[in-house]
Amino acid sequence: MVGGRVGRLVGLGLLVLVVFGASLALGARWLGVGAVWHALTEASGSDADVIVRSLRLPRTTVAVLVGACLGVAGALMQGHTRNALAEPGIFGVSAGAALAVVLGLQIGVVESVGSTVWCALIGALIATFGVQRLASRGSGASPVGLALTGAAVAALLGAMTSAIVLLDANTLDGYRFWAVGSVAGRGFDVAGQVLPFAAVGLVLAAINARDLDLLALGDDVAAGLGLSIRRARLVGLLAIGLLTAAGVAACGPIGFLGLLAGHVARRIFGARNSWLIPASALIGAAALVTADLVGRLVGGAGEVQAGVVLGVVGAPLFVMVVRRRAVVL
Amino acid sequence: MNPRTLVLSAACALLAIALALVSLSVGTTKLPVADVVQALLGGGDGGTRLIVLELRLPRVATGLLVGIAFAVSGALLQTLSRNALASPDIVGVNSGASAAAVTVIVLAGTGGGNISGVAARVGIPLAAIIGGLAATAIVGVLSIQRGVIDAGRIVLIGVGVAAAANSIVAWLLVIGDVTDAGRAAAWLAGSLNARTWSDAIPVGLAVLLLLPVAVAFNRDLDALVLGDDVASSLGVRVSRVRIALLVIATVLAAMATSGAGPIAFVALVAPQIAQRLAKTERPPLLSTALLGALFVTAADLVARNGLEVLQVGPYELPVGVVTAAAGAPYLLHLIGRQQKGR
Repeated sequence: MVGGRVGRLVGLGLLVLVVFGASLALGARWLGVGAVWHALTEASGSDADVIVRSLRLPRTTVAVLVGACLGVAGALMQGHTRNALAEPGIFGVSAGAALAVVLGLQIGVVESVGSTVWCALIGALIATFGVQRLASRGSGASPVGLALTGAAVAALLGAMTSAIVLLDANTLDGYRFWAVGSVAGRGFDVAGQVLPFAAVGLVLAAINARDLDLLALGDDVAAGLGLSIRRARLVGLLAIGLLTAAGVAACGPIGFLGLLAGHVARRIFGARNSWLIPASALIGAAALVTADLVGRLVGGAGEVQAGVVLGVVGAPLFVMVVRRRAVVL
Repeated sequence: MNPRTLVLSAACALLAIALALVSLSVGTTKLPVADVVQALLGGGDGGTRLIVLELRLPRVATGLLVGIAFAVSGALLQTLSRNALASPDIVGVNSGASAAAVTVIVLAGTGGGNISGVAARVGIPLAAIIGGLAATAIVGVLSIQRGVIDAGRIVLIGVGVAAAANSIVAWLLVIGDVTDAGRAAAWLAGSLNARTWSDAIPVGLAVLLLLPVAVAFNRDLDALVLGDDVASSLGVRVSRVRIALLVIATVLAAMATSGAGPIAFVALVAPQIAQRLAKTERPPLLSTALLGALFVTAADLVARNGLEVLQVGPYELPVGVVTAAAGAPYLLHLIGRQQKGR
């Protein structure tokens, strides 16, 4: 059984490699395997080398990183809330990051991706902890309470964002390009700036996986088995906040990736989080790279942003997953 | 209807009327409430009548009607899916309507020639209605499994369809020019600015026709609260009733969206507040409707005058910004109280 799971995980890893390669080779100009290999190993400054090394490689790298972050964030949220709807977008985390970025744009502190990351991180963390605190008044965070609280916070933050955006055309102009969710034009500098956040988030998620399995048995049983529920929740929230902030800062609020990755992973690997979390990372990465590639191929000169592709293509896939299995975790 | 629900309904109705009168009297030209009442009853001088009946009343009436429509839509959806999160926002009505309306705004906007009078008057509302109905039809059909619409599945599939529609909206905002994007963003926030009777009347007709139909389903709704099995053993044809209610809820929300844009949170919050205030097992329809009207009217009053009172400047906010800002904390408060009580 374990062998089968390892095999499937390796399969997912290969899938990521394949779409990574395809993303380097395909686009407005189609390159052969040889040209891509040449660009990667012994670049000589030809057109093809420039396209691969300075355009396609950076954005594909960012897509892998962000896809993994948002995929894991979704799986973690689904585990912690025991709610099939859980996703950074729906639970107000992306909305918090978005509001912080819009505030940053308005005040003028957001000039580079670097400052966007910090804004998004602060917003995401405040939103994550706010939702958790609000939902855990009284007898602790119940899955339904957390879901409702997240929806309320998301709406509140969204309203504040649109109030700011509507009063100022400049902010709207910056915001709409960021809010669509895209990896276009993202370079290695972006990946470098979000990498520390992503790495810490992924490590925390890995640490949290076993605790999540215990939490799935119910808070009382988990506490009886010696788990510090407070600490497990805290680590989980910190991981969700960091991963979402990294993803949102680099690419804007790309919706749906968390839902999609978490559900697909659950279908392939079952409920064990030690398998689910790495699987969600790989599925998220493959999905975002594929979405970006599809957007480049269908859009022609003006490409369709990855966030749009994920929304339109991901939705039917997601509906299929929902229709095949029970919705309550 | 129990006494508590009756008192709640009466209180909401009175407050809504009072706020509507205040809303008719304030603005660039301040009018005494007595003059407003006189104008409404057919008296008053020409200037007052013009301001009250032609300029302000359509907006106030649209607000009241849209509030009723959203709130009842939310109450029906929450009851039939037995999920407090269910609202037109979640099951795809609003996002379908938004995608269609923004398509019209952007594609017919300054990029491809200014939107003409007829297209603006008919095109956007019509697109909103068609988009809202289409999205919900998709959600409804996809939620059917073995001949039954599954309650949890409606919400989950609605989320999927909404995500698709929202990403189309984001894309349209990027490809449009910034003026159209601004107009689309204002529409998306939900605004009662510059409404005319042609906005109010369709919503009014929908409310007039569908609210009695919804009330006629009261007994079935009571049974649905107890679960599908109990309901069908009580003689309710669960699947058929659910489809009928889904259609009613969708049409109400789509009409409301076409009148004023997808005003956030009314459909989610009004039923929840009404249910908790009335201490009933499900949102009471009539109280919810009146509470929705009260909510939107109050929010619009704040949206029109709030920034000026705070001396930020002469800006008007879209009403949807205020409904969300006011509704969300109240919902948070209610969730917190419920959890403490557990």
